[in-house]
Amino acid sequence: MSNRPSPRGVLALIALRTVNSLSRVTGRGSGTVAGGRVGLAICPKLLSTLSKNREIVLVSATNGKTTTTALSVAGWGMNVATNASGANMPAGHVAALAASKATRVVLETDEAWLPVVIEATNPNVVVLLNLSRDQLDRATEVRAIAERWRSSLSKASNRLVVVANANDPLVVYASEVAETIRWCDIETSWTADAVSCPKCTQSITRSAGTWSCECGFAKPKCTTRVDGNEVRIGDDSVQVELNIPGQFNVGNAAMAATALEVLGTEPSKSLLNMRSVSGIAGRFTIRQWQGRKLHMLLAKNPAGFNALLESLNPGSDDVWIAINARIADGKDPSWLYDVSFEQLQGRKVWCLGDRRLDLATRLDYANVSYEVVDDLNSLPKPTSTTELLANYTAFSDWMQRSSQ
Amino acid sequence: MKIALIYPELLGTYGDYGNALALSQRSTRRGIDVEVMSVAITDELPEADLYLLGGGEDGPQRLAVDLLKKTSLSQRVSKGAHVFAVCAGLQILGNSFSVEGDDAYEGLSLVDVETTRGVVRSVGELFAQVGENKLVGFENHGGVTSLGRGVAPLGNVLHGRGNNGQHDGFVTDRIWATYAHGPVLAMNPWLCDEVITKVTGRTLSPLSTVADQLYAERFTSLSSR
Repeated sequence: MSNRPSPRGVLALIALRTVNSLSRVTGRGSGTVAGGRVGLAICPKLLSTLSKNREIVLVSATNGKTTTTALSVAGWGMNVATNASGANMPAGHVAALAASKATRVVLETDEAWLPVVIEATNPNVVVLLNLSRDQLDRATEVRAIAERWRSSLSKASNRLVVVANANDPLVVYASEVAETIRWCDIETSWTADAVSCPKCTQSITRSAGTWSCECGFAKPKCTTRVDGNEVRIGDDSVQVELNIPGQFNVGNAAMAATALEVLGTEPSKSLLNMRSVSGIAGRFTIRQWQGRKLHMLLAKNPAGFNALLESLNPGSDDVWIAINARIADGKDPSWLYDVSFEQLQGRKVWCLGDRRLDLATRLDYANVSYEVVDDLNSLPKPTSTTELLANYTAFSDWMQRSSQ
Repeated sequence: MKIALIYPELLGTYGDYGNALALSQRSTRRGIDVEVMSVAITDELPEADLYLLGGGEDGPQRLAVDLLKKTSLSQRVSKGAHVFAVCAGLQILGNSFSVEGDDAYEGLSLVDVETTRGVVRSVGELFAQVGENKLVGFENHGGVTSLGRGVAPLGNVLHGRGNNGQHDGFVTDRIWATYAHGPVLAMNPWLCDEVITKVTGRTLSPLSTVADQLYAERFTSLSSR
């Protein structure tokens, strides 16, 4: 009886499905969030009701949560309910759960909403990848988020298993209070937001693959490890071949496989299944535009940008970078100075997007040659695939402008 | 010119490395030798002509001020060194500041100013009249700063909040401070050149870069609000 919605819950579900289909029919969206909002307004407990008797994985982080959600869904290899990219708050979760009867669920979850969603869904596994600075003009500073995660995980039910990145001190700080934790040793190059200890504010000492603080806070012992393309989870060792680029994605796959292993899927099987992921909401895909092939790379903040720049082929591919500073991007492009564009010295960058002059100034001071593109028709004929790096709304603009 | 970027791991939340970069590039391109030293929290404070203080979150800001109290920064400034400070760096230079909660935390007292916690955070573009020029930038802080008697503001706010909606920052013989954070010197080439001129005593030749276009674009955008 307990899993049957209350009359109010049934009404909320009907309203939600009606709005979803209306929104799709009228072409006002993919029809997820609008319906979810209506449903939640009628029955605030809807998310909790819809979560009952399901196996639920939540994925949260500053970077990589959309990709890791997609890898987890593919890795599970059967009917899985999941939310659309970007719809990662309760309204999106309600919409995803209402649209599918699948008992297996993977939900990408906004960092700030994670505590609320943990409480509502009572998940089996929470995957925590990283925390770093992102859109500081509208989001909370990262240490405050780590604090909220910690408080939430200390109260969570004891069936919860946390799969956490042991190389990010902020994630470790948030996770260590949980009852059961699977620590993962994955490459994490961005360390600028956890230089001082989240526990005592003293400085964290780092040396080859480990870190510690004088207060005793230190990198925990890991049961999941990544070495190049080899992923080791407990005693299992698997060579991974993904169809998405970057060492950071091998780490994302390792963490997804660890979560699925907790739920009974062998890593050799889940990691093989993950090969079917080749592009997520356009990310990492090749798109066509005016006879050019564009390699679409989304980077929203310094940690994400640095990881992508490191993964670029050193070859002669053209590099286009598009930067906007609209509300969804964060209206302050100061973060461009936290990206090590210096590594592009010797290459030429075409500067695109609303804030191309901010980018050009940054590149000029980095001694990288650049061209400010005021007119898209003036772009040169391509010699090979163009690497197009763009932040959030600039990426959407280019997805609309280009075709498959 | 020796530039010391102080504790970038604590005071570097908003691209504050941009100021060191702009100063060094705009000097080097005019043939002025520049050395930029990044001072880690475990390092001794090196001798420098110009110390840069950036923005930071509450915990790191308190750690930075605790560490700086143990250094010779005050003596070096009284002997002729300069300071350019933004955001949390600005607050640290005063007598006290309050961050989490309303408890006042003791600052370096290099300048007679005090910062209390504002009712709301000041977040958005900042536009201020600084002498003959206008400063463009972005602010994101929770402080309200009041200047002691005889302390001059850096500029008058035209758009945004700055110290209190009226003034932004402060300026003394050897110290500049503004709430425009991160790469404010990269975005305001005229201010960057003013700082270089003051610190080196050199007359600078004109330098045209794409930063001029960026400045003009932000200037136009902010003038129309």
